[in-house]
Amino acid sequence: MKVGIVQFPGTNCEYDTQHAFSALGCETVILWHKEDSIPEGTDLVVVAGGFSYGDYLRSGAIAKMSPIMKALKQYANQGGKVLGICNGFQVLTETGLLPGALKRNEGLHFISRHHHLKVVANDNTFLRHCTQGEVVNIPIAHHDGNYFIDEEGLKKLHANNQILLQYTNKNGEIDNPNGSLESIAGICNESKNVFGLMPHPERAMESLLGSDDGRRMLEGFLNT
Amino acid sequence: MKAIVNVFLKNGVLDSQGKAVQHALSGHGFESVRDVRVGKQIIIEMDENDTATATAKVAHMCEELLANTVIEDYEIEIIA
Repeated sequence: MKVGIVQFPGTNCEYDTQHAFSALGCETVILWHKEDSIPEGTDLVVVAGGFSYGDYLRSGAIAKMSPIMKALKQYANQGGKVLGICNGFQVLTETGLLPGALKRNEGLHFISRHHHLKVVANDNTFLRHCTQGEVVNIPIAHHDGNYFIDEEGLKKLHANNQILLQYTNKNGEIDNPNGSLESIAGICNESKNVFGLMPHPERAMESLLGSDDGRRMLEGFLNT
Repeated sequence: MKAIVNVFLKNGVLDSQGKAVQHALSGHGFESVRDVRVGKQIIIEMDENDTATATAKVAHMCEELLANTVIEDYEIEIIA
């Protein structure tokens, strides 16, 4: 299993992500944003979290102009699996690989803490080891995580089981930290090969550090 | 030529920053304030002589990068 991890100037979760996938036994490679191709035999590309280009203009906006994004679009359009975490999710919506957009948090605060999430759909590669309705505990750390999509787009997400995760309390009841529409924390594209979420599963790999729920999520990409 | 681009959240998309500024102004006695929207202004110097060409190029820039048309609208003003 070979995982490519995209690095822009300002990305800061690439080594956490690399550590997480290495711990799962994957071969990993960091892909500098100036590269214009995805290495042959890559099974998954992760667009890691951070603050690409200092979040200038809009989070993820300038990153979408990087050479690697053209290659990533092509990779995704050919069915390649892509996971965007936090800033990576913002980059994927800006690029148009995922629908909707991420706005400034409703309360305007940067939020950094553990948060419970409910698994809404598990009929996909990413969450196939989770059960529907299960509550996981994953850290969030973002300023622009307020998911928005127009009415028609939301209908499509529902119709095709593209809403992956919602922010909840530990009992699975809606608990919305940032104003996201329907408390949405993560989605996938219609073909279910491109995934994006604001929470950080790569930071939830050891129960000693608060939670290892992220391990089960990332394991979904193994042996597919 | 100079292009002035104003980018704002679309009507119907909640502008949390605008609301926060509005509450702050109301709290400071500016009672006549009814609504506040916060956006951004981008000023571009261009080597162009034709207003129509400049407008078309800036519109393309807005669609490609300067605005996220899922949530934002833009206005372009060209100054010769």
